[in-house]
Amino acid sequence: MKHLGFNIGKVKIGSFDFTCCEGCQLQLANRESTLPDFLALIDVRNFREISSERFDDYDIALVEGSVTRSDEIERLKKIRAQAKVLVAFGSCACFGGVNSLKNGIPQEEAVREVYDGKTIETMPSTRIADIVSVDYCIPGCPVSKEEVERILVGMVTRSLVSLPKYPVCVECKQRLNICLFDLGQLCLGPVTRAGCDAVCPTGRTACLGCRGPAEDINFPSFEQLVRDKKLSSSEMREMLGFYNGFADYLEHEKS
Amino acid sequence: MVSQIISNMKKVDFDIDLHHLPRVEGHGNIRISVKDGRLEEATWAVVETPRFFEVIVKGMNAERVPFLTSRICGICSISHSLTSIRALERAMEIQPPETARLIRLLAMHGETLQSHALHLFFLAAPDFFDAPSALPLMQSHPEIVQAGLQLKELGNEISAITTGRCTHPVSLVVGGVSKAPSKEALLKLRTMIAERRAALDMTTEFFMTLQIPAFVRETEFISLCNGSTYPSIGGDLVSTDGVVHDENDYLLMTNEYLTEFSTSKFTKVSRQSSAAGALARFNNNFSLLHPQARAAAAAFGLEPVCHNPFMNNVAQLVECHHIMADAAMLVDRLLDADLHDIRTAFKPKAGKATGAVEAPRGVLYHHMETDDEGKVVKADCIIPTTQNNANIHYDLHALAEQALQEGKTEKETEKLCVMLVRSYDPCISCSVH
Repeated sequence: MKHLGFNIGKVKIGSFDFTCCEGCQLQLANRESTLPDFLALIDVRNFREISSERFDDYDIALVEGSVTRSDEIERLKKIRAQAKVLVAFGSCACFGGVNSLKNGIPQEEAVREVYDGKTIETMPSTRIADIVSVDYCIPGCPVSKEEVERILVGMVTRSLVSLPKYPVCVECKQRLNICLFDLGQLCLGPVTRAGCDAVCPTGRTACLGCRGPAEDINFPSFEQLVRDKKLSSSEMREMLGFYNGFADYLEHEKS
Repeated sequence: MVSQIISNMKKVDFDIDLHHLPRVEGHGNIRISVKDGRLEEATWAVVETPRFFEVIVKGMNAERVPFLTSRICGICSISHSLTSIRALERAMEIQPPETARLIRLLAMHGETLQSHALHLFFLAAPDFFDAPSALPLMQSHPEIVQAGLQLKELGNEISAITTGRCTHPVSLVVGGVSKAPSKEALLKLRTMIAERRAALDMTTEFFMTLQIPAFVRETEFISLCNGSTYPSIGGDLVSTDGVVHDENDYLLMTNEYLTEFSTSKFTKVSRQSSAAGALARFNNNFSLLHPQARAAAAAFGLEPVCHNPFMNNVAQLVECHHIMADAAMLVDRLLDADLHDIRTAFKPKAGKATGAVEAPRGVLYHHMETDDEGKVVKADCIIPTTQNNANIHYDLHALAEQALQEGKTEKETEKLCVMLVRSYDPCISCSVH
């Protein structure tokens, strides 16, 4: 393909899933109208969900899901050794995701409740960066295909790749939504990183922070806002814990 | 005939051991072992890592639950969301407004259309051309792949307009929906559905040229049935063996049990296994399909009760015809509906109930118990693929046996077995949840 008059070779991509719902990988096949152009940019070398051909010569590895079993650690290390660039793809990979909600429960108890006596191996949900080094994080539950396209084009053309630094509120205001706080609801928009086009508050539901914290957020001021609006701080904590993206802030609060 | 007899006499030995089967959602393994021409083992094992949703949902506020359970599956997140919502609304005796009911039915159509299109074109079709994926088909059959993408895009667009986003819905809530689609968006959908009917007709002609493998193993098909419309959200639980149960009696329709080799459970009802999905819905509800869908079935020679699991692909296509016709009707009804009356306010209360929904891959159950603050105290989720695991397992055995008798090679047997598993469109990450 050509970009700004230069010929660019296709970038070799591998897409891998660990403990997850595979919804982020599914986004790669969405936005059907731009799919042919997207596929002109990439050479799919390893993507079990859509192809039975599997090669190990990929440059960029997209890794979806968190790690919850020991065999996943070995698999992940092999992928890291092969890939020039490893991308944590989606909230489970970036933060541990909703899988982390089980981390607060004794693991044996969880197994006993669901599997009734059968031995099933599981361990607390761990984000990818705790096991191997990660070059880029693309958060979101699910990731936004538009953002994925933008970032991959940036990688291929070796231009600067970055995520918005500002919070979801900025995009929410751009969409002229009524603020959910004004409707008496709690919303994590003020502290969560933008880039989703404020899809949840636009649908009149609270942001649950799937993209993790925005940069330089004023967390005490957010807590004050929740108190001023007489909203529940325990609910706020439940929301902040949903995708595990705010673990550092919740830890800080405890201490 | 002579060559067949000779090949039958060959004492073949082979082991097929496929790990992390490609072009299915989630992680499953196939093992076939043949010694001296005799089938020693045929196993379907799910090795997915469990996520313990039933445990982590406990203590959660009912209003937040659908946002968690939708994350069980990236392909059928709308079904999971609506199944939890149905269970919680029945448990707390909440009646959502009629407009919300119509929006939810339309959302289900969007999800099923994208899921069926994804499966038919990206996961199933490549096998018929010995291609590793749909990517080579983009070169060899560009117009067909384009038609598939058009249908998939339409499904995603219906989901996005009705729920705010195509994966992991944002506006499906307990009590109704939090935001209705705009009239402009509905009008756009109406045009889009009409325009894309040509893509569906082209798809149908294309699939009629494909050779569906001949294989029959009698089984029991389970689906929802409400007696008046093709099933989607709620209804009685029925089987082709004549079993009928109330929605709340879902345990009698599943009887989950554990096996040594699989992290996903197995189920059974009247026989050693049963099946859910498009073919099961078709077999139990044929007369309730839109006439256009029945005509499409007739063109393929598909009639109830069909016991060839490979025909599940055709049943999905037949359902796409039904969805296109019914979605157009729902859009028209919504254009005449009150788009402001979409949410019922409710007081949390203690209760328990089951929600059953026909997800793209079959009947999905969530059972929820709430306390008087509306927090979940107990949850149970039984997923379509869990209900198909035993059927896939025993089908594999019968299919491998048939392939041996027909003198098929190891390679041919492996291909048939993989196609069989894919025809169920298994959603493995869902089945281990």
